[in-house]
Amino acid sequence: MLRHIGELILLFVATLKALPGNLWNQRTKVVEQLFEIGNASLLMVCILSLFIGGVVALNTGPVLVERGLGSAIGGLVGLSVCKELAPVMMAILIAGRIGSAMAAEIGSMQTFQEIDALRTMNINPVNFLVLPRLVAITLALPALVLLSIIIGWLGGALVAANNYQISISFAAFFSNLRSVVGLEDVVDGLIKTVAFAVVIGTVSCQQGLATRGGPRGIGRSVTKAVVNSIVLILILDYFLTRLLMNFGK
Amino acid sequence: MSSAASNTGVRVEVQGLRKAYAGQPVLKGVGFAVEPGEIFVIMGPSGSGKSVLLRHIIGLEPADEGQILIDGRSIAAAGVMESYRMAMVFQSGALLNSLTVGENVGLHLAEHRLKTREEIRRIVREKLEIVGLKGIEEKFPAELSGGMRKRVAIARALVIDPQLVLYDEPTSELDPISSVTIGEEIQHLRSRVGATSIVVSHDRDLAFGIADRMAIIRDGEIIFIGTPDEVRRNADPFIQRLLNPERLIRRPADRPPNPTVAPP
Repeated sequence: MLRHIGELILLFVATLKALPGNLWNQRTKVVEQLFEIGNASLLMVCILSLFIGGVVALNTGPVLVERGLGSAIGGLVGLSVCKELAPVMMAILIAGRIGSAMAAEIGSMQTFQEIDALRTMNINPVNFLVLPRLVAITLALPALVLLSIIIGWLGGALVAANNYQISISFAAFFSNLRSVVGLEDVVDGLIKTVAFAVVIGTVSCQQGLATRGGPRGIGRSVTKAVVNSIVLILILDYFLTRLLMNFGK
Repeated sequence: MSSAASNTGVRVEVQGLRKAYAGQPVLKGVGFAVEPGEIFVIMGPSGSGKSVLLRHIIGLEPADEGQILIDGRSIAAAGVMESYRMAMVFQSGALLNSLTVGENVGLHLAEHRLKTREEIRRIVREKLEIVGLKGIEEKFPAELSGGMRKRVAIARALVIDPQLVLYDEPTSELDPISSVTIGEEIQHLRSRVGATSIVVSHDRDLAFGIADRMAIIRDGEIIFIGTPDEVRRNADPFIQRLLNPERLIRRPADRPPNPTVAPP
């Protein structure tokens, strides 16, 4: 466990060190990775976010209306989506969809000696493989989360307006949302997202590089990459939320 | 492209190399020297430590004990590996599957920004032609046969005008005709760029066809070094068994009956 964390930190530091001198050279790969991430997850992000917002409205709306607090639903959905649900759910989705692909691709390269071949050509695998993926996911995840927040709010508004137990109009929903949710709440969610992206990228690449053995080894790395990423995201979520709450005071 | 005259091979010396994995010794004090421009073939049965030895020479694995010298300089010293042009042709070819053949061959030049895009394209075309593969730049490694993948790997090695080329089982998984082609490529590479070549193989025909000298490795130890003729004449029963394995194959009808197996 400690060894894994140590390896993660070392890989992250090595990638950070490589950033200034190599980012420009690797720009094409960063763009390719961005396209890959967007292409693989955009539709899923939209569908998931719509239903996340909708289900929050569905669960809380009737209870609030019953107590005469129906007008507060916009703020409740708005806050929970932007500060918690969108960042965490999208991070988990991306860990499963993109993190697993990263671990599998790098793990397969490790298994089939492609990374050894890179080393014999004096090409550093951190610069060539890890840096573009880490940069791309750190740029892509906040963008996806921003989209997820907007669609989540829309989902909530749709349910609030159309569910007969809630029946709060679009205008009333967004009016309350605007009065409760501030820019700093969205920024808080995005700050968490950046940390989650770094976790997913680093864990997945590290697991890929640590792959040993054949196809079974690749499978093990993929599972570990996804599980470790999700566990770290949830742990980090608590501490980051505490930190951002204290910072906001 | 460099000529042979401007690109002399390097001298490689392996001294007392030891390596163990999980307490299991794989290399037990291996030592030999390869002269510049020589084709040196290391032969031995599977699991004798040949590939591990090669990985140490190219610097992919650190040795537990002993050292490897390139032109008298230890490869463990800072900057030594970077100051020589070395290439390795892996058993599987180790082409990057996500890149096209052209991108694979030109990868070293592109990543180190040594040439312009146009020059890289020209060099890639030239090197692929040398190994008899014209017009496959846009194909992906998955679309190639095993022999073609190996030849692309050789073209990738050629791109840097290497001073030292290591070949790990270059003819494994190949049909006899492709094996001959690969053997000829190794010889051409030496004559063209004067590179020192270390070839690890258990292919007798390849070894005797291309080697200037040969080493026989058994259980992580070099047991004999000599010219192909000296190896052929060596009376050591292990070497004879390694060189003439067909003597061990007997048709079922010629085998003595196994008393522990009851007839059906």
